[in-house]
Amino acid sequence: MLKFTEEHEWLKIEAGVATVGITEHAAGQLGDLVFVELPETGSNFAKGDSAATVESVKAASDVYCPLDGEIVEVNQAIVDDPSLVNSDPQGAAWFFKLKLANPSDADALLEEAAYKELVA
Amino acid sequence: MENNPHLKQTPLHALHLSLGARMVPFAGYDMPVQYPDGVMKEHQHTRVAAGLFDVSHMGQVIVRPKSGKIEDAALALEKLVPVDVLGLAEGRQRYGLFTNAEGGILDDLMITNRGDHLFLVVNAACKDADFELLKAGLSDTCDVTMLDDRALIALQGPHAEAVLGELWADVSAMRFMDVAEADLHDVTCIISRSGYTGEDGFEISIPVASAVDVTQRLLEHPDVKPIGLGARDSLRLEAGLCLYGNDIDTTTTPVEGALEWALQKARRAGGAREGGFPGADRILGQFAAGASRRRVGLKPEGRAPVRGGANLFADADGKTPVGQVTSGGFGPSVDGPVAMGYVDAGHIENGTTLFAEVRGKYLPVAVAALPFVKQTYKR
Repeated sequence: MLKFTEEHEWLKIEAGVATVGITEHAAGQLGDLVFVELPETGSNFAKGDSAATVESVKAASDVYCPLDGEIVEVNQAIVDDPSLVNSDPQGAAWFFKLKLANPSDADALLEEAAYKELVA
Repeated sequence: MENNPHLKQTPLHALHLSLGARMVPFAGYDMPVQYPDGVMKEHQHTRVAAGLFDVSHMGQVIVRPKSGKIEDAALALEKLVPVDVLGLAEGRQRYGLFTNAEGGILDDLMITNRGDHLFLVVNAACKDADFELLKAGLSDTCDVTMLDDRALIALQGPHAEAVLGELWADVSAMRFMDVAEADLHDVTCIISRSGYTGEDGFEISIPVASAVDVTQRLLEHPDVKPIGLGARDSLRLEAGLCLYGNDIDTTTTPVEGALEWALQKARRAGGAREGGFPGADRILGQFAAGASRRRVGLKPEGRAPVRGGANLFADADGKTPVGQVTSGGFGPSVDGPVAMGYVDAGHIENGTTLFAEVRGKYLPVAVAALPFVKQTYKR
């Protein structure tokens, strides 16, 4: 199941675990990323908490946790090479895997078509 | 593209939109922060070829002595700036500062001797206040005019001289901080060999009616790309240059700001025209005794940028505050984070490790010499 948020994140949800990243639109708006900070595995976040930070040459931006849950894995590849977020934001440059506290919360997130309309 | 009706536009505004710029408000103007290439590529292009910047938002001011003698204008301006203006030769430019009675900095500017008048370039955000200051201080002896009929562009980078040389062969005779008048495509421009990137380059004042034409022709050169405010900031930060409002302001003095070099000998203690500018007692006192804090370069040891506003500590637990970052970001040419800020006098030696507070962590940063990149001015 693929879902999106109004804060420009995507979630690929399988068996109650969401792989989370930022959308192509968000990556384009941020510009060339030079630094990524990811949460620690095992940490818990509520929806809307700042879970990660991305920095371009000019500015730092928060990446918000899209739903309540626990971080079960993070993607070291984007820490080692932040430019991966610009080149493959909706593929190899996922940020973290989130074990959802309430998997049914995802139903309220945006479908792909609705998200595309939002950024059109 | 929508136009924000509350923002002013430079004569090149429509050109920026046609080039696909992302526009942002800056000092009351709608300005290009980046073009489709993005900040990283624009920065690097300027360091290896030539970047073209619209700086028409800055104030261009003429100070013309009523007596016809340039010395009178120079001496009048010296009452507002701690700079040797009298000693500035015709066709030469010099960096200057407007100071206040407390020794704080009201603005920084460029001062040129144009023979029968002085030509000043001041910051956009300060230009109205600067104009009032100049009128109040100089009107007895000088006519002060803000030019609203000229655009200003900067052409910066190692290929700038060759690009400009295709339009005006004599450009190679100019040295850093020389100013000359020249015809570019039959348009009379005022050209200075200076800039805000640490690179060799030029600033070109153009009559508004011809500004788009001259700019477009420069952009047609394969070595030239338009550069936005984003890369302008990362370029000047790597070059160790101050941004007024961030790194210097009314709460900082020239000595605290490590700008002693901007006060020539004639205005210092024992000089021919010692003092005589606002805040002279405090500023010359700091010259003699030192200031309690100083602007220094800061090199974060990790990859995380340390931004303006971050607090600095002597210890990794954030117990002993020693200063604050005033500008910081990522330096594309350094390939790492770079910053500058004010640090208490006991901690300013190069190599001193300090700790910057970033998102609740204390990240090690080293006090470092400025600039972070080698300046390539043609002296």
